[in-house]
Amino acid sequence: MSLRLKDVRKTYVEQDGTRLPILGITEFTLQTGEQVALVGESGGGKTTLLNVISGITVPDAGQVVIGNTDVTRLSEPARDRFRALKIGFIFQTFNLLPAFTALENVLLGMSFSGQKSDTKRAKDLLDRVGLSHRLQHRPATLSVGEQQRVAVARSLVNRPALLLADEPTASIDAQHQTKVLELIREACREHNCALLLVTHSPEVAGQFPRVERLKDFNHPQ
Amino acid sequence: MNLVTIAWKSIRQRALASFLTALSVALGVTLMVSVLVVHGIVDRIFSQNASGYHLVVGAKGSPLQLVLNTIYHLSSPVENIPYLYYKELKANPRVENAIPICMGDVTMEGNFRIIGTSPEFFEVDYHPDKKFRVRGHFLEDDFDAVIGSQVAKTNGWKIGSTFQPAHGVADDDHVHDEKFTVVGVLAPTGTPNDNGVYIHIDGFYQIAGHEKPADEAAAKAAAFEAAQQASGGAKKVVVEAAPKATVAPKKEQHDHAGHDHAHHHHELPDEQKEVTAILINAKHDTASIMLRATINEGPYAQAAIPFQEINWILNNVVGNVRTLLVIMTALILVVSGVGIFVSIYNSMADRRREIAVMRALGAQRTTVFAIIFLESILLCVGGGLFGVLLGHGMVVIAAPILEVRTGLLIDPWAFETLELVILPVLIALASLVGIVPGMTAYRTDVAKALHA
Repeated sequence: MSLRLKDVRKTYVEQDGTRLPILGITEFTLQTGEQVALVGESGGGKTTLLNVISGITVPDAGQVVIGNTDVTRLSEPARDRFRALKIGFIFQTFNLLPAFTALENVLLGMSFSGQKSDTKRAKDLLDRVGLSHRLQHRPATLSVGEQQRVAVARSLVNRPALLLADEPTASIDAQHQTKVLELIREACREHNCALLLVTHSPEVAGQFPRVERLKDFNHPQ
Repeated sequence: MNLVTIAWKSIRQRALASFLTALSVALGVTLMVSVLVVHGIVDRIFSQNASGYHLVVGAKGSPLQLVLNTIYHLSSPVENIPYLYYKELKANPRVENAIPICMGDVTMEGNFRIIGTSPEFFEVDYHPDKKFRVRGHFLEDDFDAVIGSQVAKTNGWKIGSTFQPAHGVADDDHVHDEKFTVVGVLAPTGTPNDNGVYIHIDGFYQIAGHEKPADEAAAKAAAFEAAQQASGGAKKVVVEAAPKATVAPKKEQHDHAGHDHAHHHHELPDEQKEVTAILINAKHDTASIMLRATINEGPYAQAAIPFQEINWILNNVVGNVRTLLVIMTALILVVSGVGIFVSIYNSMADRRREIAVMRALGAQRTTVFAIIFLESILLCVGGGLFGVLLGHGMVVIAAPILEVRTGLLIDPWAFETLELVILPVLIALASLVGIVPGMTAYRTDVAKALHA
């Protein structure tokens, strides 16, 4: 499933009425199964871009087409459902829910997509990321690396067509960075899932066949 | 994973705060259940016992006190009325049963009331279609005693046990010499009868000191007769002249097997006898009404309708107390509801990110609203159900104490229909307090919360 952004505009309005243009993208595409690293400076609009792609934030103008669906034309509940089914999300701070075990955090992704909970698949994914022995552990009892691996498993549980990763290795040490990164990329290859990974690290970006600089195609006005 | 499980996990995550808020609901419901159950029991038992007799006749004064004392063994005994009056009533054609009740003594052990009565007491249903059942036999001889089940249980008395009555309902040092023997133990009735010790009225009159002094008795008998003559209404009650009692020695001696009575054997003339009250069953309802009117017109006695008196006390005293308690406990529930609101609402600030993560994973606004709303319902309903159990548990603990003190047999698990209202009320309360935090979750700005 491909991704195509066309004439996307997003401007935030500050409390004092000041307009703050953040996105101005004429064209951006990502092919099915393609892996792209997106680099840019802090405050450059990387996170907003991910939010617009996932339907969390609605752009002021433009199209965000994933597969054959223009996300911007969907109602909010439909966008939520589309996100649950088609888009995987990995956050910089993992964002595992503390009340749930590793297995339950993975199953949670399924709960919101309206699918029947597939415990076997969740266990398989956790096994795949090397956590079959930590299924019943809560996030607080997992190491940082383990938490991020749970987050990877959770993002893949619904077999997404597009995986959005926002600085997924920023919170982990260099030793684990490579492992986690490889894990994400490998999982995407396996599922033929497009990957858009935001990073500020040249080392991380350097491992991707395609690297895009946000400032090269984002011209907010 | 369904929404209830997700809500439950969130509750468990804040275990202490959740427990305390649910406990506050539980305590409110406990109080409410206790009030309802105890009131229901009191209501049933009073109504049940009150319907056993048409009238209670006793000395003029408070009809309520007469009923409470005679039937429920509560309150102090009222003044006595002449035995002759009892005999007249018994002979009245409108009267089906007239049962004398003599009070004034208690057992030394357990302070149970001793009631002198005739064997007929046990022949009449204590409640429509409910007859006394006895292990052993009912009253036959003068110094026989039949005891209620609670007396047997508390004092450990059984058939063949003997006791000496102590004078006075209040604590009194004087113990009578006469010994009575338990010949029957009543099966539990769930009424104050379970706390009664019934002795034969003839034995009661043979207890030293129970006779009215001869000169006082003669004067009172003369006054009674004069009053009867003067009162046209009262004459209607009297269908035959009161037979003149004669002072004659009693022929029977109490030296039969199993009895060892250390008492004086003397037969009292009727003029020297008194009764505390008379239980009346009229031949039909109309006769009961006419009988009551006639008795109340007379100078000597009053007739009270137990059902009416108990209804009065239930409606005007017990009912009002219950209403007040229910209002107070309802207020406690409202306060508990506010507690739940504060608890959930305060947690929302910490949970904004969690909610945003759920939304990012595809949860809809209505889904996160439902999760928070369900938390409120689970806390309220869980606390409420715990409160129902706790309430009945408290009645279980209080039941034996209440039984001993009031003679009321209490079923702690008796379910009051009003308790059915508790659950919907709690759900409504939970809905009310769950809306605002739910809306906060609903309105969460995902992009902001995720990167806050």
